[in-house]
Amino acid sequence: MGEASCAGVAPALRKPCGTGCRAGLRGRREERPTGPGRRAGTLVVVSRVVVDVVLKPEISDPQGQAVLGALDRLGHDSVRSVRQGKHFVLEVDGTPDEAELKQIAETLLANPVIEDVELHLPKD
Amino acid sequence: MRIGVITFPGSLDDVDAARAVRLAGGKPVALWHGDHDLQDVDAVVLPGGFSYGDYLRAGAIAARSPLMQDVVAAATSGLPVLGICNGFQVLCEAGLLPGALTRNSHLHFRNRDQLLRVERADTAWTSDYADGQQILIPVKNGEGRYVGSDADLDRLEGEGRVVFRYVGGNPNGSSRDIAGVTSENGRVVGLMPHPEHAVEDLTGPSTDGLGFFTSVLKAVVNA
Repeated sequence: MGEASCAGVAPALRKPCGTGCRAGLRGRREERPTGPGRRAGTLVVVSRVVVDVVLKPEISDPQGQAVLGALDRLGHDSVRSVRQGKHFVLEVDGTPDEAELKQIAETLLANPVIEDVELHLPKD
Repeated sequence: MRIGVITFPGSLDDVDAARAVRLAGGKPVALWHGDHDLQDVDAVVLPGGFSYGDYLRAGAIAARSPLMQDVVAAATSGLPVLGICNGFQVLCEAGLLPGALTRNSHLHFRNRDQLLRVERADTAWTSDYADGQQILIPVKNGEGRYVGSDADLDRLEGEGRVVFRYVGGNPNGSSRDIAGVTSENGRVVGLMPHPEHAVEDLTGPSTDGLGFFTSVLKAVVNA
């Protein structure tokens, strides 16, 4: 497969598979099979973008309250409140387009009627 | 009268909805979420179930399906649309109805026969009822708690867009006992309880649900 197999890994680790790929990197490759339109032998830089979604403060969160109740029963009475949310990890080809990711986060990953959303782009 | 019933992956009550349309005197037309074809129907029902396994949020992925783009466009020009349970969740996610449906306040799935008060008897789907009439139909949901900001709820109430309220106990913690709401033009209605399960004495707690489907047939004739 050559270098394309190592797409997404840090430059220092880009070695042809079969000679240098460690198991963890192979596993990563399997999660992101080479899609149509990607030429074999082309390195693809992949960025990791994180989106956190949580219910707005004014919307009650019975799941978080149930977790809080369990913590209390376990003796963790220093925890005052729990808000349960969702954590999305997106792997994006190339440099992330902030406007596009903002749109994805605000129009699909979160429902702005009831949820707040935070977009975390990679720092470089 | 051709009444479309949309099937999404994970819809459960599409067959019952089609049967209710037939019992009311309409012709049910099966619509598939992945098509871009409303097949010239005169009204559309979004049935209950668990489209896409309720992944992401209940109704969220179904609301972005190809056919829903056609439903949104047609609804804004007056096509009557009814969303029942998961269908209501889809309509909220698609922006055709205000607010959102979230996890029941007690975290339990609630399944029982439920009294509702009709607050608006002048929508496309409720004209065969009387204002203030009480009807008994099943409710069955785990994510049926209707929520919105206080300002949004005040505005909804001010505009008279609450169509149904729970009576005799609120099954899911919905704000202000709201069981169903309507669009500004009264053509789009969504509710959590299931009128299509109350259309025959043999299987339902009443036949009170039939009025939804007879109402829309008149709305189409009068349009």
